[in-house]
Amino acid sequence: MNENKKELLRVEGLKKYFNTPGGLLHAVDNVNFSINEGETLGVVGESGCGKSTMGRAILRLHEPTEGKVFFEGHNILEYDKSKMKQLRRDMQIVFQDPFASLNPRLTVSEAIAAPMLIQKMYTKKDRVELQKQVSRLMEMVGLADRLKNSYPHELDGGRRQRIGIARALSLKPKFIVCDEPVSALDVSIQAQILNLMQDLQDELGLTYMFITHNLSVVKHFSDNIVVMYLGQMVEMAPTELLFKNPVHPYTQALLSAIPIPDPDYPMNRILMKGEITSPINPEPGCRFYKRCPYAKDCCKNPNIGLKEVEPGHFVSCERIGDPELKENPNA
Amino acid sequence: MADNNTLLQVKDLVIRYETDDGVVEALNGVSIEIHTGKTLGLVGETGAGKTTLAKGVLRLIPSPPGKIVSGEVLYDGKDLLKLSEEEMRKIRGKHISMIFQDPMTSLNPVMTVRDQIMEVILQHNNISKKEAEKRADDMLELVGIPAERGHEYPHQFSGGMKQRVIIAIALACQPKLLIADEPTTALDVTIQAQVLDLIQKLKTRDNTSMLLITHDLGVVAQTCDYVGIVYAGEIVEYGTLREVYKDMRHPYTKGLMASIPNLVENVRRLQTIEGLMPDPTNLPKGCKFSERCKYATDKCREKVPDMVNVGGEHMVRCILANEEK
Amino acid sequence: MKKDNTKELSSGVKQRSLWQDAWRRFKKNKLAMVGLVFLAVLVVIAIGTIVVDIVTNNYIYENYVIKQNLRGRLEPPSAAHPLGLDEFGRDMLLRMLWAVRSSLFMGVIAILISGVLGGLLGAVAGYYGNKTDNIIMRAMDILLAIPSMLLAIAIVAAFGTSLVNVLLAIGISYIPTFARTVRASIMTVKDQEYVEAARAVGANDATIIFKYIIPNAMAPIIVQTTLGVAGAILSIAGLSFIGMGVQPPTPEWGSMLSSARTYIRDSWHITVIPGLGIMLTILALNVVGDGLRDALDPRLKN
Repeated sequence: MNENKKELLRVEGLKKYFNTPGGLLHAVDNVNFSINEGETLGVVGESGCGKSTMGRAILRLHEPTEGKVFFEGHNILEYDKSKMKQLRRDMQIVFQDPFASLNPRLTVSEAIAAPMLIQKMYTKKDRVELQKQVSRLMEMVGLADRLKNSYPHELDGGRRQRIGIARALSLKPKFIVCDEPVSALDVSIQAQILNLMQDLQDELGLTYMFITHNLSVVKHFSDNIVVMYLGQMVEMAPTELLFKNPVHPYTQALLSAIPIPDPDYPMNRILMKGEITSPINPEPGCRFYKRCPYAKDCCKNPNIGLKEVEPGHFVSCERIGDPELKENPNA
Repeated sequence: MADNNTLLQVKDLVIRYETDDGVVEALNGVSIEIHTGKTLGLVGETGAGKTTLAKGVLRLIPSPPGKIVSGEVLYDGKDLLKLSEEEMRKIRGKHISMIFQDPMTSLNPVMTVRDQIMEVILQHNNISKKEAEKRADDMLELVGIPAERGHEYPHQFSGGMKQRVIIAIALACQPKLLIADEPTTALDVTIQAQVLDLIQKLKTRDNTSMLLITHDLGVVAQTCDYVGIVYAGEIVEYGTLREVYKDMRHPYTKGLMASIPNLVENVRRLQTIEGLMPDPTNLPKGCKFSERCKYATDKCREKVPDMVNVGGEHMVRCILANEEK
Repeated sequence: MKKDNTKELSSGVKQRSLWQDAWRRFKKNKLAMVGLVFLAVLVVIAIGTIVVDIVTNNYIYENYVIKQNLRGRLEPPSAAHPLGLDEFGRDMLLRMLWAVRSSLFMGVIAILISGVLGGLLGAVAGYYGNKTDNIIMRAMDILLAIPSMLLAIAIVAAFGTSLVNVLLAIGISYIPTFARTVRASIMTVKDQEYVEAARAVGANDATIIFKYIIPNAMAPIIVQTTLGVAGAILSIAGLSFIGMGVQPPTPEWGSMLSSARTYIRDSWHITVIPGLGIMLTILALNVVGDGLRDALDPRLKN
């Protein structure tokens, strides 16, 4: 999109299917996007839309079924085990649940030191150096030094999430997948963590892929946004454009459903019919078809894909340009 | 303050939990009031005591370790805390019913949904099974589930559908008061919109009052008439929706509002409330928020401030409430 | 805003690992503590008798514990012999004390055998899943289909009665139980996010298994071990009772019970005492096992 910025990550035709007793689950289906260095890509969608699976597939925590993932120009899906281990230093992840993402048997300093020991950045011999580095990281994420020997279960969610961030930062990564890093936290703590992540990005030039279901958080945080529905990308645009001019009926409904904390804000909810359908053995075409107020036969076109509607703004909808499809019912 | 419009009045309710690690002071003198047909929203963070209050009203506090220390819960003028367990059972479900947070675990997995709705109806009404079945089917249709699906089991329903069933159960006996404890927290935004819409519709139909417990200031703004902000077992700000949202006085309310990323305006940095909620086994002596408050003085730390009326029905628990900050 | 803005809470920061927490809860369970003390006494007795044997060069063992003295046979308890004499005139108290080691140590060793083998199989099955899991667990099912006592009898009958064979027999018969417990607990732990986090930083399988999975899957395994030892002691006593375990004159509760049962009408003490020994030990182990289960269950954590 922005030509003078360096592209860090590019995903092409990424697919991740799971075999389930009920059939083939299309968790991620044909996803394409790229992220520039130092920017944040927000990935939004409701539960079951495949956003977390996509994050893990990019890091090869789940092996993708098909597609290419280019990191600094190299397709990492072709990497062997040792090259992959080397790459893990550059690509890290922060998890959603700060209660489940820390080993309950390790103290704070052990948890932060573990990645560096595993990656042999320090050996057992440089214990002093390692401890110094742990202290530096703890300071960086705003954890008091006295918590070094505490166990995760003694700490609140906000502090635990700081440990999770320090652990990810310990390998000095370039790219971090943030999988709902604040959705388990209370709002006041959430703001602390978001600010911290923003400071770290400014300071260390990090590139984030920020996965969340919370649209206000993603708006606050991202440069570009991808909206997903049942494994498919439905819309991708720079943040401002997406909020100003949502084109896909799903994006429109999603935006209209956010409760705004202002009694005077005119609520104009688009209530979708029905519930999310199953991503197991989906019918060809747009997966939003069954709930879409504008659905027509042409939506069953199996070759559905993103089309550019304005510079940088991509939409996957067969009915773009149709006058029936309102521009933005909430504008 | 109580007038003949008041359906529920809670006065100075104090609830404690006696645990191994000390006495948890969950609720420290909370007073609220709900008028017929109106909705009161209680907003607060995890551990503020919102759920304890809801359970306290229905006397569902597990004891031990929980204990209602003092206070009154007046429903239609009767003190619920003085009723026998038998009389209380008649209140629950018939007069006051509750919707819990997690739709996944609050239905009985081995009963069909129709049977679960019928059970409440039969418990509180002297009618035949046939009639109850009909009413159950009506309820299902009302919440937007085809009656034919009544013979299915909860695991055959999605999260949003389950929450609809729970709403059907809660409203089956047309209670006068509905207590909804984070009814949409476990749901996706688009499903949340559907469920909130449904609750609102049914509420208006039966003129039901509601106590809505949530941490989401947005949900409150879209559904409530009155708001109470809860912090460390106390109400720190209370008033009509407009009074509170348009003229926030308590530093905690302000902080809470400022820490939500705003969809309308763009801010580079979010404001935060520094620090953590105080340990409920070891609360500060004075204002509970004083440890985190930018404006706190020694006076704040001495004694718990009283609720100050700042105009209309707007009450604030802060000694600086009437000063411009 | 880079510092920890969290102001000190008056309660301070506790630093207790989960094990310390569990011990704190365990201590509150009086019955379990009584059981633990009882077991500790047994361990002291077992070690004590071994020390005595070494120091006295088996003098007491040969001259009092196994040497027959037919003149005083079946003598009831008295000041000189607080638990009386048995059918061959040997002091019951000494025989009871010397019997502790075979029951206790053999029980523990048998369970160690099954714990290590079963644990390994269960861990591999649980961690790798799919085909590996299927092959291992079906083999365990076959083993489980044979009653454990019968299996032990068969092994001893086939390979002869020796200490090693008895241990192996009991050890093998407990393998499926351990494999199942370990597999189940590994499976619940391995999908935790912190395991995924370890994988995301490039940890290999061994690190993940030994540092992330096993320590967190220990709780049910420890409980199973305690209860397993109780079962093994009972099995050893049972085998000895039918003459396939520890051979006379070596004192062992099961064989003591067996040889005493002919005299139960006239001299109740020589049957009841070893019976009580077995019963109390098993009871203590079970009580401790239940206590551990409660203490280690995080759901009961308050």
